[in-house]
Amino acid sequence: MNAKQQLAELKMKSKPKNTLNQEGSGYRVFTVFNTVLMCLVLLITLYPIYYVVAASISNADQLMRHGGLLLYPLGKWNLFSYELVFRNPMVLGGFANTLFILIVGLCFNMVLTCLGAYLLCLKGSMFVRPISLLILFTMYFSGGMIPAYMNIRDLGMMNTLWALIIPGAISTYNMLVMRSAFVAVPATLYEAAYLDGASHPRILTQIYIPLSGATLAVMVLYYAVGHWNSWFSASIYLSDTSKYPLQLVLRQILILNQNADLKASVTDNGELAKYADQVKYALIVVSSAPILMLYPFLQKFFTKGVMVGALKG
Amino acid sequence: MSTTIKVKKKPLGLRLKKDFSNFGGAYLMGIPVLVFYVLFHYKPLFGALIAFKDYKPRRGIWGSPWVGFKHFQSFFDSFYFGRLIGNTLTISLAGLLFAFPIAIIFALLINEIQNNKFKRSVQTISYMPHFISTVVICSMIRLFVDSNGFIVAILEAVGFNIGQSLLNLPNAFVPIYVLSDIWQQTGWNCIIYLAALGGIDPELYEAARIDGANRWKQTLHVTLPGILETVVLLLILRVGSLMGVGHEKIILLYNDYTMETADVISSYVYRRGLINGDYSFSAAVGLFNSAINFALVVIANKISNKVTGSGIF
Repeated sequence: MNAKQQLAELKMKSKPKNTLNQEGSGYRVFTVFNTVLMCLVLLITLYPIYYVVAASISNADQLMRHGGLLLYPLGKWNLFSYELVFRNPMVLGGFANTLFILIVGLCFNMVLTCLGAYLLCLKGSMFVRPISLLILFTMYFSGGMIPAYMNIRDLGMMNTLWALIIPGAISTYNMLVMRSAFVAVPATLYEAAYLDGASHPRILTQIYIPLSGATLAVMVLYYAVGHWNSWFSASIYLSDTSKYPLQLVLRQILILNQNADLKASVTDNGELAKYADQVKYALIVVSSAPILMLYPFLQKFFTKGVMVGALKG
Repeated sequence: MSTTIKVKKKPLGLRLKKDFSNFGGAYLMGIPVLVFYVLFHYKPLFGALIAFKDYKPRRGIWGSPWVGFKHFQSFFDSFYFGRLIGNTLTISLAGLLFAFPIAIIFALLINEIQNNKFKRSVQTISYMPHFISTVVICSMIRLFVDSNGFIVAILEAVGFNIGQSLLNLPNAFVPIYVLSDIWQQTGWNCIIYLAALGGIDPELYEAARIDGANRWKQTLHVTLPGILETVVLLLILRVGSLMGVGHEKIILLYNDYTMETADVISSYVYRRGLINGDYSFSAAVGLFNSAINFALVVIANKISNKVTGSGIF
C-alpha cells in the first residue's frame, strides 16, 4: 500500500468524528449557508481584481462608453495599453529604482536586524535589558513626521535613494520576531560554541542564522513587501523624478493624473481620453502582478510571520 | 584567593570587565544597531523640541528662540482641533466597530469549513488583497467610485442619484475608507484568530460532544473562550492606536470637497508641515498626537494586564 492510500485511509478513519450526520440538520443547513457565504466572499474579493484585468484588455472605445459591471473583457482583446505602459520610461525607471532599493535595502535590513536580534538575545549580559528598553520605547513613542524629515535633511540625505534605505533599515517589530527565533536556539549550543572559543560573529553566522532559516525567510519577505509598496518617504525626500521608485511613479500617473509620456505618445485628443483610464488599469496589473503571483507560493512564510509575532506578545 | 573575594564583592569595574570579556564581541557587532537607533529614533526625538521653539531655518534647531507651549495653544484654539480629533476618532471607531468583529466572524466561519481544499483556497484568496500597495488600492477606489465607475453604476441602479465621484461627497468618505480596509485586510487579520483556533485542545470539543453539546453550543462554550485572550489582546492594541489613523491612505483619497470629514491629525501635520513648511507648529501637533498615542497604549496595556493577566509589555 503506498503512502497516498495510507493517508486516505487515515483520513477516512478520523473523519467520523466530524461527520455532518452526527451534528443534526441544523448544522447541515449552516454548512450550506457557510459555503454559499464563503463563495460570496471569494467573489467580492476577486471581482475588483478581475475587473481591473478585464478592463485593461478591453477594447478602448467600448470601455470608455461602458458603465457598470464588466463580466468579460469588452470587444477584441487589446494590449495597446500594456504597450503604452512598457514604453513609458518613467515606469521602467521606477521598476529599476525599486529593484535597487529592494536589493540594497534588503542587505541593510537583514544584516542590521540579525545583529540587533543577536544583541537582544544574549543571556546574562548587563546591557541587554537597558538596551531593549531603549529600543522598545521607540516602538511606542516617536518624535513624529516633521522631526524625522528634518533629521534626514540635516544628515544630507535629501534626494538620494539612501533616504529610502537607511532610515528604515531596522523595523523594531521584525527585529523582535527575529529575536524570538534566536531565543528558541538551545542555550547549550551557544555555551558549547563559546567554551570552544568561537567568537560572537561566528556563533551568530554559524549557529543562530542557520538554525533560524524559516524566520529569516519571513523577514526577507516582510522587508521586501515593505520596500515594494512604500511610496510616502520617496514622495517627501525625492525631488528628482528620475529617482522615483515604482509606487511614486504610480501615484503620479494613477492618483495625480500626470502622465507626460502618454500625452507625448498619443497626440490625438480623442485617443488620449480613450487611453487615459485604460493605461491606469494596465499599470495596476503590471505593478501588482509580481507580488500577487509570487505570494501564493510563499504564503506559509507570510502567515508564519504573523503567528511568531503574535506569540511574542 | 584575592580574586574570589573580589568577585563576591562584585565591584562594578570587575563585573563590567567580565561582561565585556564574555560579550564584548557581541557589543561590537551591536554598535551599528545602536548608532541606527540613536541617529534615526533618538535624534529626531530631540529634534521634536522645535515644537517648543519658533524654528527659523537660518538659526537652526538650537539657535531658534524658545516659545514654550505657544504652538500647542494655538492648535488647541484653532478651528481644526475639534474637527481633526472628531474625524480621527470617527474613522478609527468605525474600524473598531466593523472591521474588527468582521475579522473574528470570518475566522470562525473559515474554521467551520469541512473541505480542506476549499478552506485553503478561501484563505489564500482572502489574504491576497493585503499585498496590494496603498497607492494601487487608492487608485482602484478612485476608478471604481468615479461617476462612471461600476460602484456608482450599481448604486444608481438601486435608486441613488449620484452623478459624480463618491470621493467628492463628504458623507461617503468614512464608509469608503472603512469598507476598502475591510476588503483589503479582513483575510489577513483573521490569520491570528485562525492560529488561536488551531491551538484549542481537541479534547475540549470531545468532552463537550460527550456532554451533548451540539456544534453551536461547542462554538459558544469551547471556541469563543479559546480565542478570547487573543481577541482582548488585539482589542487593546486597537484601542491603543485609536488616535493613530495613518496619513498615507487619507492623503491619496481626500480632496478639497471632503476635507471636513477626511482630514485627520496625521494628514494635517503633513500638509501644514511638509507642504506649507510650518515646521514648529506641525511638529507641536505631531508631538501632541504622539503623546496621546503613548498614553492610550499605556492605559490599554494596564487594562489588559488587569483583565487578561497579559499585555503587550
